Amino acid sequence: MKAHVVSQSGARLPRSDFQAMRRRLTDKLATCMSWLAMLIVVSVLGSILWTLLKNGLPGLTLTLFTHSMGAPGAGGGLANAIVGSLLQTGLSILLGAPAGLLTGIFLAEYGAESKLARSVRFVSDMLLSAPSILIGLFIYMLLVEPFGHFSGFAGAAALAVMAMPIIVRTTEDMLRLVPVSMREAGIALGAPRWRVILFICVRAARGGIMTGVLLAIARVTGETAPLLFTSLGNSEWSLDMRRPMASLPVAIYQYAGSAYQDWMQQAWTGALVVTLGVLIINIVVRVGIRGGRT
Amino acid sequence: MDGSAEQSAVAAAPQITRRWDGDSLFRTLVVLTGISVLVVLGAIITIMVTGGWKAFSTFGPSFFVTAVWNPVTQHFGAVAPVFGTLASSFLGLLIAVPLAFGTAFWLTALAPPAVSSVIGMAVQLLAAVPSIIFGMWGFFVLVPVMAHYVQPTARHMFGHVPVLSALVSGAPFGTGLLTAGLVLGVMVVPSITAVMRDVFVSMPAVLRESAYGLGATRWEVMRRVVLPWSRQGVVGGIVLGMGRAMGETMAVTFVIGDSNHIGWSLFAPANTIASLIALEFPESPAGSLKLSSLMALGAILMAISFVTLWCSRVLLSRGEVKAGKRS
Amino acid sequence: MQGKPLADAETDAAAAALSDRPIAIQVNNLDFYYGKTHALHGITLGFPERSVTGMIGPSGCGKSTLLRVLNRMYDLYPGQRATGEVLFAGQNILGNGLDMNALRSRVGMVFQKPTPFPMSIYDNIAFGIRLHERVSRSEMDGRVEDALRRVALWTEVKDRLQASATALSGGQQQRLCIARTIAVRPEVILLDEPTSALDPVSTARIEELLDELKTEFTIAIVTHNMQQAARCADQVAFFYLGELVEVDSTARMFTAPRESRTQDYITGRFG
Repeated sequence: MKAHVVSQSGARLPRSDFQAMRRRLTDKLATCMSWLAMLIVVSVLGSILWTLLKNGLPGLTLTLFTHSMGAPGAGGGLANAIVGSLLQTGLSILLGAPAGLLTGIFLAEYGAESKLARSVRFVSDMLLSAPSILIGLFIYMLLVEPFGHFSGFAGAAALAVMAMPIIVRTTEDMLRLVPVSMREAGIALGAPRWRVILFICVRAARGGIMTGVLLAIARVTGETAPLLFTSLGNSEWSLDMRRPMASLPVAIYQYAGSAYQDWMQQAWTGALVVTLGVLIINIVVRVGIRGGRT
Repeated sequence: MDGSAEQSAVAAAPQITRRWDGDSLFRTLVVLTGISVLVVLGAIITIMVTGGWKAFSTFGPSFFVTAVWNPVTQHFGAVAPVFGTLASSFLGLLIAVPLAFGTAFWLTALAPPAVSSVIGMAVQLLAAVPSIIFGMWGFFVLVPVMAHYVQPTARHMFGHVPVLSALVSGAPFGTGLLTAGLVLGVMVVPSITAVMRDVFVSMPAVLRESAYGLGATRWEVMRRVVLPWSRQGVVGGIVLGMGRAMGETMAVTFVIGDSNHIGWSLFAPANTIASLIALEFPESPAGSLKLSSLMALGAILMAISFVTLWCSRVLLSRGEVKAGKRS
Repeated sequence: MQGKPLADAETDAAAAALSDRPIAIQVNNLDFYYGKTHALHGITLGFPERSVTGMIGPSGCGKSTLLRVLNRMYDLYPGQRATGEVLFAGQNILGNGLDMNALRSRVGMVFQKPTPFPMSIYDNIAFGIRLHERVSRSEMDGRVEDALRRVALWTEVKDRLQASATALSGGQQQRLCIARTIAVRPEVILLDEPTSALDPVSTARIEELLDELKTEFTIAIVTHNMQQAARCADQVAFFYLGELVEVDSTARMFTAPRESRTQDYITGRFG
């Protein structure tokens, strides 16, 4: 009886049944491929983090943070490189953040859709993803060759060129989220436009703008290529930004390519420190975005 | 009524006349800073082109078609590093695009929401990992695997097949085009995945739901509804990834093998423009023809990456307009 | 006037008292354009000093547009322009060469949605004062307290003046915005549907407040709510399709409108 019913319905739609099966199989196949892709991506990226932890953790000692770089086997650390990175990153943000903030204000508040604003926005996006080594080359020609020596200032300038577009982008986006009524309320009190922008709009958007600054810090902290020809690197302790200056990424680059066991160890540990720093900033920013929209 | 208006109007004081309020100063400051962005880009282009002028004028158009890079004879051409740049980026995308697409499909259609947001965030975080880390991973993990397993196996399998044998020839160093492509691919997967996921998610839920309502499977919804709808955004994301891959220095320099010859083998050592600059710049004295040739290569890289970025921007902004209109 | 019921002495007296008052702002033959759209047609209207002028009419009738002319808010947007004459403090404020900031300090505005600035309650009030005057710390404290008292917010917030203004309730935020406006000591206050985003209790409080404020300020209020106009205003202006159909004392407007369109609107036949 049951078989009879089935065969009856089956007799009417044999082609559909075949098609439905094919569709289900295609879907199954696509699903499997998708799972496979996800697993490959997660495992490869996991492998990178695992390699970093496995090779980097054993070298994570106090010496790393207290001693400057030294000859192979001399038990040096990376203190000068860490401090150099902090100094250059800090100065680059001091240069890049105000410029980025003002440009973002220009794009969101004054330029809107004018031709000038559209070109500035476009060019800023170009700089955002310009090859970083070219920015290093550019600053070399501008600030190293004319002065005849590499310097921490040149390194900071190169990083500032990289940091600025990120801050421009987030500043503009965040200012655009500030409701028009907020601006009108400020204007209605008789406030000049610049005060409305700086003390009301920027204030209202300060969380988002800070996010941009943090992301910029995270981005430039890990950059190696723009520093190769600008601050060059320095194996000695130096706080003089007019002279060549060490930085963590460049130190990692030098050590990783060496043949000495302890340098390679320090390269991994340095890489771990940089990555942890960058990831922590990114996590703070993302958690902050989720939780802190007041 | 009119009379009293006049009266009040005349009586009232003080006058409301214009005084200086700082607005014009601030406006000027802001506009000038905006213009400085244009100046920076202009200066970069100018410096690259003038720096490379010596090479352009010495070699003429042949700079663009010569595959020689010989510091001893002072003879330089752009073809080998340009080829290396394009080939390694192409290989990288060949690896990254299917992986990113599969992962984005998984994140938006297959994964439970909680898992999806965790994995999605992890993938996005990895887009922020400094590229030198990918380079080190490639050098210390991938290169040995390539040298000991992948290349011997490939040679064993294809070494006697007519056309394919050329692709797998060469000594098993482990470094080379394919390794660089793999590292680049792994490096750009997170950002391409993130863009794809964003454009998939930005599609109005109504479209997706009505397709499911017609009895479509998840794959059919992706293939027939989501992909056509978000095509521009997807392509824009891929092109953006390509831009990153072509301009990348640190991830490539470790694993490309540093050779300025064009070989057909996937395992042949090569150079990209960025890696060549990073490797040879320290040995190029100021004012030398070699330095000028490197700058000329920089100008070419600049042009390539700007064209790419321009394309991605056009595609992505159109995608945004579309999303805005329909949602 | 023939349709008018028994001459209502009280109504007429109120109207007479109103017409005796000096005019704070006189609008003469005002036309307004959003680009090519002609939004206001030949408006002539006086706002008597220390009284409430209610502006009513269906959406898009131009009542908010008129309000935004009175403090030149439209200046922010290119393509919007006004012709005609708006006399305030002895000047045509549509003219060039005016200090907009000084004008806006004398003609304050409160918006439909509460717009607390992203700063503390105290700083919200102090922000406006600091723009126009230099005052000592203690004087500032006094001015802030005074402004908050006058909007009946002082007792509610005096213990948390340094808390963020965004943490206040909607009704409190709107009263804060009114306090912020009066702290600057303007002569005129423009209110653009100030209660439409509020609950009935908060609305009632703000209406009470208007009654007190009009002893000192000239008030123009745009409202969707006919009852609100009837309750708060001394004079009501009815706008329709960019024209001023009728303006009269509130009592007359709601008992004996001259125009049939006004009659239809206030009896709820359209709009």
